[in-house]
This record gives sequence, C-alpha cells and structure tokens, in this order.
Amino acid sequence: MTFTLLLTHDERPELSGPNTDYDPVEVTPLKSEEVEAARDAALAAIAGAADLDGLKQVRIDHTGDRSPLALANREIGALPPQARKEAGQRIGQARGAVNKALGERQAVLEVEHEERMLVEETVDVTLPTDRLPSGARHPITTGSELIADIFVAMGWEVAEGPVIEAEWLNFDALNLGADHPARTMQDTFWTEPAENAMVLRTHTSPVQARTMLTRTPPIYVVCPGRVFRTDEYDATHSPMFHQVEGLAIDEGISMAHLKGTLDHFATSMFGEGITTRFRPSYFPFTEPSAEVDLVCFVCRGAGELEGSPCRTCRGEGWIEWGGCGVVNPRVLTACGVDAERYTGFAFGMGIDRTLMFRHGLEDLRELFEGDVRFTTAFGTEL
Amino acid sequence: MKASRSWIEEYVDLPAGVTTDDLTARLTALGLKLEAIDRAGDAITGPLVLGRVLTMEPEPQKNGKTINWCTVDVGDANGTGEPQGIVCGAHNFAPGDLVVCVLPGAVLPGDFAISARKTYGHLSAGMICSARELGLGEDHDGIIVLPADAGEPGQDAFGVLGLDAEVIEFEINPDRAYGLSLRGIARDAALAYDAPYRDPALRETPAANAEGWPVEVDDAVGCPVFVARQVTGFDPAAPTPAWLAERLQHAGMRSISLAVDITNYVMLETGRPIHGYDADKVQGTVRVRRATEGERLTTLDGTDRALSPEDLVVTDDSGLIGLGGVMGGETTEMSSTTTSVLVEAAHWDATAMFRTGKRHKISSEAGKRNERGVDPTICEAAADRVVELLTTYGGGTVHPGVTVVGTPPVPLAIAIDADLPARVTGIAIDPATAVADLEAVGCTVTVDGDRLTAVPPSWRPDLTDPFDLVEEVARVVGYDQVPSVLPTPSAGRGLTREQRLRRRVGRTVAGAGYVEVVSFPFVGEATFNALGLPADDPLRHTVGLANPLSSEEPAYTTTLLPGLLKAAARNVGRGAAGVALFETGTVAFPVDRGPAPIYGVDRRPTDDELAKLFDTLPEQPLHLAVVLAGERERAGWWGEGREAGWADAIGLARRVATELGVELVVESASRMPWHPGRCARLLVGDEVLGHAGELHPKVAKAYGLPPRPAALELDLDLLLRRAVDVASGPVVSGYPVAKEDVALVVPAATAAAAVEAALREGAGALLESIRLFDVYTGEQVGDGHKSLAFALRFRATDRTLTDEEVGAARDAAVALAAERTGAAQRA
Repeated sequence: MTFTLLLTHDERPELSGPNTDYDPVEVTPLKSEEVEAARDAALAAIAGAADLDGLKQVRIDHTGDRSPLALANREIGALPPQARKEAGQRIGQARGAVNKALGERQAVLEVEHEERMLVEETVDVTLPTDRLPSGARHPITTGSELIADIFVAMGWEVAEGPVIEAEWLNFDALNLGADHPARTMQDTFWTEPAENAMVLRTHTSPVQARTMLTRTPPIYVVCPGRVFRTDEYDATHSPMFHQVEGLAIDEGISMAHLKGTLDHFATSMFGEGITTRFRPSYFPFTEPSAEVDLVCFVCRGAGELEGSPCRTCRGEGWIEWGGCGVVNPRVLTACGVDAERYTGFAFGMGIDRTLMFRHGLEDLRELFEGDVRFTTAFGTEL
Repeated sequence: MKASRSWIEEYVDLPAGVTTDDLTARLTALGLKLEAIDRAGDAITGPLVLGRVLTMEPEPQKNGKTINWCTVDVGDANGTGEPQGIVCGAHNFAPGDLVVCVLPGAVLPGDFAISARKTYGHLSAGMICSARELGLGEDHDGIIVLPADAGEPGQDAFGVLGLDAEVIEFEINPDRAYGLSLRGIARDAALAYDAPYRDPALRETPAANAEGWPVEVDDAVGCPVFVARQVTGFDPAAPTPAWLAERLQHAGMRSISLAVDITNYVMLETGRPIHGYDADKVQGTVRVRRATEGERLTTLDGTDRALSPEDLVVTDDSGLIGLGGVMGGETTEMSSTTTSVLVEAAHWDATAMFRTGKRHKISSEAGKRNERGVDPTICEAAADRVVELLTTYGGGTVHPGVTVVGTPPVPLAIAIDADLPARVTGIAIDPATAVADLEAVGCTVTVDGDRLTAVPPSWRPDLTDPFDLVEEVARVVGYDQVPSVLPTPSAGRGLTREQRLRRRVGRTVAGAGYVEVVSFPFVGEATFNALGLPADDPLRHTVGLANPLSSEEPAYTTTLLPGLLKAAARNVGRGAAGVALFETGTVAFPVDRGPAPIYGVDRRPTDDELAKLFDTLPEQPLHLAVVLAGERERAGWWGEGREAGWADAIGLARRVATELGVELVVESASRMPWHPGRCARLLVGDEVLGHAGELHPKVAKAYGLPPRPAALELDLDLLLRRAVDVASGPVVSGYPVAKEDVALVVPAATAAAAVEAALREGAGALLESIRLFDVYTGEQVGDGHKSLAFALRFRATDRTLTDEEVGAARDAAVALAAERTGAAQRA
C-alpha cells in the first residue's frame, strides 16, 4: 500500500501537501515529547470539560483536523520509511488514548446532563389535574346493577317491563281484584281517562306476572325498576321510587328457599353474618306472606353502638327490609302456571330505602334532586 | 288498632310476669304486628293529683280575656292541706267539680316544668290540667272534669286518668280483620301463651220473638243477618263511666255520649259494628234493600249523597234512614234527647261495604271492619251486650222484643294434603302438628288418610284457600322455624344483550364527565312552553294522569330534557360553574288504542288476549339525554377553561354510537328546543334517533341557565337495536402509511360531512382514514366560502403503496368532492 493510493494529489489538503524539502529529523510534531504533550494536553482538557458543550469543543480542539495530533498524523507520510512505523505507533496510541478518554468523559457527562435535566424539569406534581370534571352514575343505577349481579351470579335473570302498565297486570293478575281491600292501600296514579284501565305501576310485580305469562317454569328472575304511588314528597316518601322484586317458580319451592335466597342476598349486599328474619304479614299475591327484616349491619344486631342506641336500626337490631312470601296459587293460575305442579316464592324491597340505610342517607329527596355533589360522591360503581 | 293492655287482659289470663314487650313480640310473631307501645305517663313526673274546686272568681283582664282565680282542695298533696291557689284560663268547670291538678315540682310532657309563679296578680301554684297538657289527646276544649265519684281530693291522678296504662298499637293486616277487636287480639294472646281465654261474644241471648221491631230484608246477599233490639226509658244525660271513656280514649276514639260510646265500645270489644237509632224517630218497618237510581240520603255527617243501585240502604216508612253498614242517616240520629234506642247489629256483604265506602269516600271504623269481614254469628251477642251496657249505665229497660232476620253464612270447608304445610313452608311439620295448630286457631279439622279438611271458625272469613291454612300453621309453628336453603336454579344466561349495552352506555357517558340524574317524569303545558315547542309538536301529545299530584304537571313526559334542565338550573343556582348531566329513562307516547282489557283470573288469558292487552299500552321507549351548561373544562394552571357548547352534545352522541359500533349520521336540522342554526339530527341509516346541539336562547332563559347550554336526546332503545352484534375483526396493515393533506374551498353552507363523505368515497379502498383538521374562512378563500383541510392516510394491507398509487387515489378523492360539492382545491 502506498500513500499515493490513499490520497490523490488533488485531494491532498493544502496544509498537508507533499513536503518536498523535508528533513525528517526536523519534523517537530513527531517528536515523542511533543506527541505526549499533545496527548496530555488533550487528556487534561477532556478531564476538565465541565459539560457536553465543553467536551464538544475539546473534541474539536484535540481531535479535529487542526488539532496537534491530527496534524502530526498527517506528517507521518513524510518520514523516511524506517521512522514511519515508530511515529505511527506513537501517534496512534496517543490518539487512541484521547478517543477513549473522550468516550468515557462523554458517557459521564451524558449521565450528568440527564440527571441535571431531570432535576430541572421537576414539576409540582401536587398541582390539580381536574380540567375535565368527573362524571358519575346514579347510585340507584349502580345499586340496581349490584343487586342484579348478586342474582345473576346465582343463575337468575333480570326481567323488565313498562312503567305505564295495564290495570289487569298491576292488580287483577296478582290477586288484587277490583274489590280487594288491599287495593285501597295502593295509592295509584291512573292514566287519563281512568276507564282506560292503565296505571303507573305501583310495584314491579306486574313484571313478575308478565314473566310467568310469557315464559315457562322454571323461572328465576329479579326485577328492578321504577314505581309510582301518590305519596306526597318528603324526606321518606316520594311519588316515584325504585323496587327490586324477585320471583322463583319451580317444582318443590318452599319458604325455606325464600329464606335461603334472602339470606344470601343480605350477606352479599351487607357482609358476612347479616341474615334475615320473617314476620307474618299480608300481601294479596303471596300466601303465606312475611315481612323480612335484616340484621342491622351497623350494630350487627346489638341495637347499640358504644353504649348508645344504634341510629341505623333505631336500637332495634333489625331493619325492616321488604315483603315476601309463597306465590299465591291464584296468581299462578291467572298467569298460566300449573299451580298443582309448581310453587314459587316472591320478594320485594325498596332500592332507594336500601340505599338510604346502606349509605346513611338522611333524606330520600337527595336521590331525585340531581345535585352533582351528591351523585359524584358515589362514583360509577357502588 | 289500639288497646290498653289491661283491656286485653280482661279476656285472657296471661301468665304472671309477662312483660308488654314480650306480649307484643309474641303477637307480632303471630301476625298482629306491633306498631307502638304508648306509655302516656312516662312523660309526666311529680305531683299530679285530684282536686275539688272550692272557689272560682272570674277576673276580666285588659287584654280582653277573663281568667279564673281558683282555690282548689288538693287534700294533703301540697303538704299543708290548705286550698291551693291556681289561675286558670278555662271556663268549662264550676266550684264543686273534681279536676286534675299538677303541682309545683312536676314535669308535664314536652319537659314542661311546673313551678309556682306570679301571674295576673296572683301567685298561681300549679295548673288545672287539660287532656292535651297531659298528652292524653288533642282535645283542648277545656280542662278535664272528672265524674264526682272518680276519687278524693289529693289522690294520685295517674291511676284515675289511666296514665299508668300501657296502650299497644297494632298494625292489623287486611286479612286479619279479627285483630280489629279485643276479642281477636285476646284470642291470639291466649294462643301465644296457651292461656285461658274468655270470649266476650259468647253469651246467652234471648231468642227472637214477635215483639221485636218489624224488620224486612229484601237483599239477603247484601245483608244476611239483621238483629234489632230496643231500650226504652234511657237517660240521655247519663255520663259515660270513666273506665269506658278511658278505654275508648286509649283506643283512639273520643267519648261523645253514653249511647254512642257504648256502640263504639262493643264494636271494639267484639269487632261487630253497631248502629243505634233514635227509636222515636224511626217510623214503622225497617227494611234493607238496594238503593234505586236517583235516591238521595243525608248521612249523619251532614252530607247529601246521591246513591247508586249497588248501595245497600236501610229504610223506614219515611224513606231512607241509613247507608247500611257504612253510615246512618241524619233523620234518625241519636241526640241529647234520645230516650229510646233501637240497636242494629247486622252482617253486611264485605264487597258491597267496600264499594259503597269507596264510592262515597267514607272511611270509618265501622266500614273498615265491615269491608274486611266480621264474624257473622255474633250479631245477637253484640246487640245483647249493647242493651246490657245501655241499661246498666243509662237506666231504662230492655224492651222484650228481639228481632233476628236471616242466618249467618256458613264457612266453607277447605281440604288439603296433610303435608302441604310442610311442603310449602319447608319446615318439618308432621300432619298431627298441622291438625293441632289448625284447631288452635279455631278450625274444626277432620283427617281422612293423607288429606285433612278444616272448617274455619266463624271469625275467620279470610280463610278460604288451602294456602291460607298453610299460613295459619306456619304462624303457630313460628316463622322463625323456616330453615334457610338456597335454591339451585339451572344455569342462567346472564344479562341480556340490551342490559349489558345499557350499562356500557351509562359508563361511557359517565366516563365522558357527565353526572347521572333521576328525575320525576311529570310534565304539563308550562313545561312544553318553556321548551318553546310549537302548538302542534308531537311531544305535546302525552299520556295524561287522571289523578296527578300537581295540576301543573298532569302528564307523563315525552322528553327527558325538562327534568335535566331543572336539575341543571338547580346545580347552577347552588353555585356550580358548569354542569354536565345525563339521564336514561322511560318516556311515553300515547297510542290511543282504547282501554286495556281486564280479564278474569281463573285462567291465563290467551296469547291473542295478551297481545291485545300489550297493544293498548303507550309506547315507552328508553331515552338517553344530556344537558350541559356553563363551564365544561375548568380554567387552571394549564390555561383557560372552556364553556360547554353544541359540539359537546353532538360529540357525546358520536362517542356513544362508536361505543356500540354504530355509524351515526349527523345532519343539520331545525327543531325546538334547539338553536335553529346549531341543531343536529342524529340518524342511523335513515332512522332518526334524536337530536343534539345548542339549546335555543329562550330555553336557556326560561330555565335560568348560563348562555349557550347544549343538549342531546335520543331513543336509546333504537340505538341499542342497531348496535353491532358481533364485531368482525379488522386486518391491521404493517406496511408504511402514506399521508396526503388536501385543502378544499367550498361554499360556506356546505356540510363538512358531505365533503368528507365524497373524499372518502372517491379515495377508494386504499384510504385508511380521513380527518378534518382545519376550517378556514377569510380573505384568502373569498366571501361566502370556507376552506376545509383534510388529512388523508393511505395504506394497503399487502404492499407498500407507490407515490403514483397514492397520488391517483388523492386526485380521485378531490375530483369526486369537486363533482359532488363544488369543492375547489385551494391554491
């Protein structure tokens, strides 16, 4: 390999043009002490570079085209062949040491730079981030879903029906004939004209009737929904409220299954150990009928907390939860279920009321005011 | 139903030491639910004694009132034996009367501490008490004047007034009409403790005879039994004995006169409503029949009533004298001069009683019992008890005549499988126990192999069905014996698709920052006027309510917006800077297909009958609606806030549609309550789902909302039906994307969506996506025009696109946009 093969004449930089009248002994940059001095100066400059910009300058100054080592390197070709090898090694080592130091320093400074950048970019992470206000679903919605899920997990299904309902489905089919005294207990909204025999459903029971009328047993359905009574609006009454009812129709169904289901419901909704009790009651659509009470989940049935009467159950240890019973065979017959073969149970409770005591709400009206401060407190799941 | 414990115990010998709490717990377990125990005396402490008024000086005052300065003998109760000086504002007493005095140191209900105090120029050392002051009722006509023989001055008044009594209030269910009597309550108390029981309706009564008042019953269905007795020479001024008045008062009834009090007393005691006539005003034969069309009767409440041919009436020779079993007539009413009483104890058909009471809006203690069912066999006993009490306390003589017309209906036997109670309750009840329990509640039971037949007692007309017997057995065995067993239904199918999607929509909208509300669905004319709906708007055609709570809002709503707007205004009124609300709820549209049929209940309606019934009901789609007003994004350290606007509402519709995999078409529309230039019609295909955009300024003003509120309302049922069922998976290309931006100048009124649609179609299958990223109006595009800048992304699934392919697709897109919308590529 010859020098001329490496560089054509025209390509040779001016400053390193052929040294026609050279005297190799006189080439100062190639003196070993000069090379070492240049190397040491470079290493010192590298070590002294305070930041990446400084190092960049050092790189230009000490490894650039006009740096002493680059210039010296260029002179090698001018040496007599016997001297070239030694000079080449000397300069190669020097440049290698400088490049290595540069690389190491570069790495160190990059780390330092990044650390400094990260420090400089520090923000106050406690600043608010509420540019878009949070949304929320209504606790009646999420409460209904929670209840539905408890039953779906047992293999039940969720049934629904219209809120403006036929009188026959809301009353007659449920053993509440026109002359039934219990019918006056239902403060019913009638649609206009009243002869049209339609009502705003007073309970979700017509959904049960519809289910029996349109499906064949076994039936296990839960029916959450909106219902209406002509109650004046106050802290504990509302013309519109929400119920969840359940209906099971199967062979061999008894009150024991009703109790088992409600115990499971109570435990799922309120925690381990929260079970139910039955008291005799009356509903036209069930016989026997019972009112169902729940062990107070706050005082756990004790009736008192730290020496004072429990506020949630008013010291009773029990909370009135709803009504239930064995489906009256008259209802089964009207709805086309073979009352000889099948028995069933049904239950119903107020969702609003359940939420009130589960979440310690003082005033039912909060649920219907639409104040976002109330609803957002519940988030999107209960 | 209220009764004092001591009265109950007159008919049952409870074991010693039974507390009232235990008694009521056991009665509740048997079905007579405890409502409250009232211990009136609990709220009173300190000296409350009888006093005899010695002197009484009326002293007119400057304020127009006259007070009485009294001296009252209170025995030694004041420690001195001297007369007690008391100022009293009431005037319904006289010297010599026995009254109730509360002395200094006592505390009356409401923490009212009594002390001697200077008033009207006297030192008044205590009070002469009224019933109200002692918490004994709302009667404040004056102070309590006791019968002269009620006690001695200085005697403790608690016992005399019954303040030491415990009054139990029961909530009696409609099927347990027997619980509306002391006879029935005591019977269950006896059952609870297996204690001796004395039936107050079990008494020897004289046989019917020819001397009885002439009575004819034309309608034996409506009035199966009519018993008449008579008392003559009765003293109308005779006072009601204190014990009787006290029992009535504990039961929640006012003492009126001896004769009336006795009929009420016997009704409470036996459950059998009694009517007393002034016999001197009754002319000739008493007759029971149905009323005829056009007949009228003034009942003793003074109301002139037009009667229905269904009403049962009592007549005499003068005409109508009573609405049978519900209310007597004015002409034969007992008065302060009545000396001869005709006592009617009749059994009436419960259904007729219910209908008449409902028709004439009469709610009375008698009606409540008659319509729920009374023991038909005790008319003679009850009438006999009345005449006994009348003559005992009011003098006079029992007329020898006894009238009994008709015979009581006989309860029907009910046959059941002997193991039915066990099967239905899930409690291990052997047949022998079932028989014993049925007998314990009064049934006569016969057993035939695996079947048993029970004839209910006369006082249980509610027992008609096999399962009624099951309930009787269950309550005697105890509901607490029901075991807890989870049923094991076969595997369910989970939520329906629509149920799942509704939840998804709710979460999506809440996730977008909207808060759900639940509003009442009641609306009226004013509601629609506030929405600015034109007179012929279909939304004004509502399902009306026959008995609305408010005449202002007499209909079921056709739109969710009013409820949302009200809630939004409430939030703003309470200081919210901005509000974004949503609701999913049912609205109703009349179908006007006539009345819903009412079928029988002895069989299932046929499928056709059911279809007909369903068909008459209003359409009730589920809607989704939102209302936004004021600040949508808050201002903060990040910069400016942002007001809600039309784009939020339309954007939410798009977001919900995307969530359901539905391609939503947005078109310009003009419809109240929206701003005519800022309203979008939302469609899926050619089916209109609803509208969205900025609300009309009039609506914002009507509801008091900040400027430029926005709203969306759509038919969620319709949207859910269009939701993608099973989404097919896309092919995602890994080849490089080619990006092309085009700016098109179109007339200002051109819909961006139309330009975009043309570009999309023109670009063909290589177009991966298109997005409008800028809208420019100004000098450079000229008046009446706008420039729309779109970013197009091209990509193929099988190769890298060449510049030529991309260029051709872009040019084709622009060309079609030019053809369709007159768009010119911006220079």
